[in-house]
Amino acid sequence: MIDELPLWLSILVSVCVVLGAGLTMAGCLGLVRFPDFYRRIHAPTMGTSMGGGLILVASAIFFTVTQQRLVIHEMVIFLFVTVTTPVTLMLLARATLFRDRIEEARDTPPSDAPKD
Amino acid sequence: MSQAILDWSLLAAQLMLGVGMLATLYRMVRGPRAQDRILALDALYVVGLLLLVTLGIRTGSQIYFELAMLIGLLGFVGTVALAKFLMRGEVIE
Repeated sequence: MIDELPLWLSILVSVCVVLGAGLTMAGCLGLVRFPDFYRRIHAPTMGTSMGGGLILVASAIFFTVTQQRLVIHEMVIFLFVTVTTPVTLMLLARATLFRDRIEEARDTPPSDAPKD
Repeated sequence: MSQAILDWSLLAAQLMLGVGMLATLYRMVRGPRAQDRILALDALYVVGLLLLVTLGIRTGSQIYFELAMLIGLLGFVGTVALAKFLMRGEVIE
């Protein structure tokens, strides 16, 4: 550990953390404000891509400088979240589409398959 | 000085993440249908993970990293299982 935090480190980490948290908050507010599910499902991905990435990069930089060794295991979380979010959200969207088609809801998106 | 900058910006970031968690909780309680609630739960665990990472920066300890990793792993499995349940009506066929 080092005794005194350098100024550039605290400013860099602060900017990354605040930007990331702001993006995540914007995504979550989008979850509240968008009118229907198919629009809503796009909003929280802001938090999982750029917001989470910035906060995890800030953590990696902070621990790399304060512990004076390379600490990049935050990137494991980032990789995992980036890989799994599209999988879960596509599964969820397909399940929703399935349910809406069964109920023949009015504003279900049309199918790509040709009608015969 | 630099410690103060870091502390205040971490406080601001944690407040913003808290507002985000409240927003997802609102959607989880109000959400008109089951898929809205599952989507809100998915967003909620990601925000909780990021909150733990900022807590780790504040205290300077690495323990929170492992908790965040655990939340990431378990949240993925939970959301996939719930989506499967919506599609089929059962998780393991």
